[in-house]
Amino acid sequence: MIAQPSSPLRIVLYEGPGAGTLADERRFETVAALLEAGYSLTRPAAGGSVSPADAAPLLVIAELDGAPLPAIDGGAAASLEIRDISGLSPDQIVDQATEIRRSADLPEPGQWKPWFPVIDYKRCTNCMQCLTFCLFDVYGVDEGQQIQVQNQDNCKTNCPACSRVCPEVAIVFPKYKKGPINGAVVRQEDVESESMKVDISALLGGDIYAALRSRQDTARKRFSTERDESRALLERKRCLKKLKADLDIPDEVLMSLPSAGDIEERARRAREKMEKRMQRSRTVQDRRPAPTEEEWGI
Amino acid sequence: MSPRIVYCHCAYADILPAEVKREVLRRLSAAGVAFEAVPDLCEMSARKDPALQRIADAGPVRIAACFPRAVQWLFHAAGSPLPEEGVEVLNQREQSAEAIVERLLSHEAPAALPAGAELEAAPKPISGENGAAAAQEAQK
Repeated sequence: MIAQPSSPLRIVLYEGPGAGTLADERRFETVAALLEAGYSLTRPAAGGSVSPADAAPLLVIAELDGAPLPAIDGGAAASLEIRDISGLSPDQIVDQATEIRRSADLPEPGQWKPWFPVIDYKRCTNCMQCLTFCLFDVYGVDEGQQIQVQNQDNCKTNCPACSRVCPEVAIVFPKYKKGPINGAVVRQEDVESESMKVDISALLGGDIYAALRSRQDTARKRFSTERDESRALLERKRCLKKLKADLDIPDEVLMSLPSAGDIEERARRAREKMEKRMQRSRTVQDRRPAPTEEEWGI
Repeated sequence: MSPRIVYCHCAYADILPAEVKREVLRRLSAAGVAFEAVPDLCEMSARKDPALQRIADAGPVRIAACFPRAVQWLFHAAGSPLPEEGVEVLNQREQSAEAIVERLLSHEAPAALPAGAELEAAPKPISGENGAAAAQEAQK
């Protein structure tokens, strides 16, 4: 879990009294290089405003001209360093920032591609389909039983699968290539679109409930519990093949199949849900024979 | 005083058109204005970077990033929700650099967040009773 508040280095590009003004192109190249290296930068200017200093350690960079600098108020900043960048290339300025970051034992940026979902709570109905579906425990609930993203770094890079099962298009992957998963405007046709509304029971194994019902209600009791678990595995594999083909699910995710124990547990939960459903309604009977591996296309 | 300006570089993915984000940053750097530039709002959100709180709390702001809905909920996920008023998100995925910079440098008050079209459907309340039941069911 990443959710540890931390205060990375905040770099301030100072161009006031006691320092020269950078040429536009040099300013741009310096800022761009620092951003590419994962550093945040603030450029104050007369007549404008920026966010006030907080606990983040400050590194002030400037082309010092020998005149005295005015007192720089670091506010609540954990530390304040001033470095002269006269004559330094953008890469050398990045090196200076990195040296200070390391010496202060501050977090290293850019160690992880930030791929994870965020929930649009104006759309979310707390149906828990995402929590049920996600294989990697990205989701959890808070004390009020509201769905939330709890383990961002468990999310599999480039996998948007959970957003596909969300019936309200409430799951956003900001770095996804297409809308509305990337946060683009949600239109009614998106909500209705088959590509968005994937039936979760299908993803979890097609007619697993019907198959289990048939086991309970007919002579198909010949299938043992183990047989059902292997069926669940077959169904899951089929489901994942469908995901890969239809829903842009990367190989990495397919390679991260849950353990046999996980699948058994999911099969058990599915069975329990099915039995509860059976208690509510006994109107549907599925008498088809159990599918073979060949029929599953495995 | 003009609204603050925040620029997101989306450093860890290639989803913003390179020429757009480069041009926005280039023009911003040459405009003689105060601004804050962050490498990647997504990463900051995942880390619950306190910088998001200072961005959210310090008054009117224009943010050049990506889709407003994504930005809004990234801040929310970090525990630093953006206020509904005084925040305008400019979308480097879809808008031109010229249009973005023009808005960034505008002295007008920022538009409210999110823009109306971003949330076409009416907000849906969390169904407390049903939601709790579903949560318990899902966590079994």
